[in-house]
Amino acid sequence: MSGIPHDHYEPKSGFTKAVNSRLPIIGLLYDTLMIPTPKNLNWMWIWGIILTFCLALQIITGVVLVMHYTPHVDMAFASIEHIMRDVNGGHFIRYLHMNGASLFFTAVYLHIFRGLFYGSYKAPREITWIIGMLIYLLMMGTAFMGYVLPWGQMSFHGTAVITGLFGAIPFIGESIQTWLLGASAVGQPALNRFFSLHYLLPFLIAGLVVVHIWAFHHTGNNNPSGVDVRRTSKAEAEKDTLPFWPYFVIKDLFALAVVLAVFFAVVGFMPNYLGHPDNYIEANPLATPSHIVPEWYFLPFYAILRAFDSEVWVVQFASWISFGIIDAKFFGVLAMFGAIAVMALAPWLDTSSVRSGRYRPAFKWWFRLLCVDFMVLMWAGAMPAEGIYPYISLLGATYWFAYFLVVLPLLGIFEKPETPVATIEDDFKAHYGKSADATPAE
Amino acid sequence: MIRKLTLTAIAALGLSAGGALAAGGEAHVEDFDFSFEGPFGSYDQNQLQRGLKIYTEVCSACHGLRYVPLRTLGDETGPGLPEDQVRAYASEIEVFDASIDDFRPATPADKFPANDAVDAPDLSLMAKGRAGFHGPIGLGINQIVKGMGGPEYIASLLAGYHEAPECAPEDFTGYYNTVFTAGGFPEECKDEDGNHTVPGSWIGMAPPLMGEDVEFDDGHSNELHHEVQDVAAFLMWTAEPKMMQRKTAGLTGVIFLAVLAVLLYLTNKRIWAPIKYGRKDD
Repeated sequence: MSGIPHDHYEPKSGFTKAVNSRLPIIGLLYDTLMIPTPKNLNWMWIWGIILTFCLALQIITGVVLVMHYTPHVDMAFASIEHIMRDVNGGHFIRYLHMNGASLFFTAVYLHIFRGLFYGSYKAPREITWIIGMLIYLLMMGTAFMGYVLPWGQMSFHGTAVITGLFGAIPFIGESIQTWLLGASAVGQPALNRFFSLHYLLPFLIAGLVVVHIWAFHHTGNNNPSGVDVRRTSKAEAEKDTLPFWPYFVIKDLFALAVVLAVFFAVVGFMPNYLGHPDNYIEANPLATPSHIVPEWYFLPFYAILRAFDSEVWVVQFASWISFGIIDAKFFGVLAMFGAIAVMALAPWLDTSSVRSGRYRPAFKWWFRLLCVDFMVLMWAGAMPAEGIYPYISLLGATYWFAYFLVVLPLLGIFEKPETPVATIEDDFKAHYGKSADATPAE
Repeated sequence: MIRKLTLTAIAALGLSAGGALAAGGEAHVEDFDFSFEGPFGSYDQNQLQRGLKIYTEVCSACHGLRYVPLRTLGDETGPGLPEDQVRAYASEIEVFDASIDDFRPATPADKFPANDAVDAPDLSLMAKGRAGFHGPIGLGINQIVKGMGGPEYIASLLAGYHEAPECAPEDFTGYYNTVFTAGGFPEECKDEDGNHTVPGSWIGMAPPLMGEDVEFDDGHSNELHHEVQDVAAFLMWTAEPKMMQRKTAGLTGVIFLAVLAVLLYLTNKRIWAPIKYGRKDD
């Protein structure tokens, strides 16, 4: 399965021989669990496990919630209160699910930015990266549709705003919006289909997660040095790697326990901190909240969406060149999806021959600025679209695009990268001194 | 900028009877010290019972609690009324029963009735549907330090009625409240730029509590300042009846996970020691 030479599973007992010769599932599990993993992985490589856990947590809590939830415009809100008041442990399961989404997105952003810094998207891991981006898109869709289900004020009016974005597409927009909602406005058909899709998409995500893991198990993990594992012989590969079990399983489980301790503190002590009070008011189409804000994890892209109003010259230029087909609203929608598209294209936009940001002195600073930019956009997305905030959003959005479309391509040409370490073994030894022994304890 | 803010603050102080008001249109919500705050805080059963009494004698005239089952009045972690009292309380309430197509006295299995008589909002979730604290500048720090502030908002609002400022016309609809910001606001009280010169706005609800509205059997203070806190605490319970269970579960989770984390940390250290330092022990 893996391109890195390593021991393969040899069935020993009669039973395992019999099973494995008919269905090599034990071998598959063994190879997956014992996959050679670069031994120099740092603590930013834990988020994958945490994400897998999040997916399982959301599916399990979600399945239980569905047992008590009613997808009907007159009953959805009350059924959530039924879960909160009458169902055994329902209040905690619901808060786990609600805050689980926040944990999921926290982890996915850290995972994505880890990939962006250490060049995990670069050859030969482009497909892993693209699948990851698809998972991220599906996550956003799932989270958005899940937020609609409690049928609170922010659910309802947020849906109206977001599906309204599709209405901005020239010519066919309104038809698409009607098709998505199943009606001309948000109502029972929308609630029903969002419920259906909110249940379906996590399983598509689970499928893509398998492919995501398959892909990087084939190419091997990236690592902080960005240097490839030596593959000429098994002996050499073993100097650079350790089997996933037990070294990384235990390490990742430790990290998971720490993260979950924080998560349980949030769920137990401040479960509504990341939510919006308006969603505890039942949806009322006639009363629009004064300030519609999406959940925090959408805010950076929401800021990009709102950044491009008709005052901005690029918008005016786009409108002029397209004979008015692209107006400010449509431009905003294009920018929002474009912001994710340019991230997905990073493997082809980054021209540097060095993979890890650790050895790229100029890149480091541009990358740090990107992290700050992301936080600023998140903050600007939560502020009202007036005063100085649209300018901050515009500045942030401009840098986001500039980073991917200008900085990444040009840095590869102008930057003088440092020389990376020769091998992962050297990197590991540099960290832990000469005493580091290449052989595992077994 | 500072000078402008100071002037606004002085103007606000001068125009209102309350005094403790913030400048810049943001209403001042007092950070009351509730017993249920913090990871270890719990509801004060006596306070919830006082709040229930205020709700029953005052609020329920116009508002309902449609999501709150009457049986939960007996919850240990809630008002904790004895079973016979829960029954007695329920029997005072008339509920509509579709199966007999008529009204009948409620039982603990029923919910508090909804009250749509004067279009007043339902209070079941009011304490979670409002926030008292924001920011600063959208950073969410106040909410971490002080909590979301739903009950503080309710208590401040109920104590936030003041004599209408002089700029307002005599016959302006509603009641002037310095905490409520979503109500009507007379043009006369705006400056040239459209900014409000006085805090708050005009709310449709007449001042429900004036102090000494209810008598408590144990002789507890029924001053306005105490009454508003009692009813706010009660409404926090109606909004979050499982708060104690939630905190207990959360704390148990944190403790177990912390222990697990320590064990896994030691395990991790031990299995990596030979790899990192070339010896069996750490």
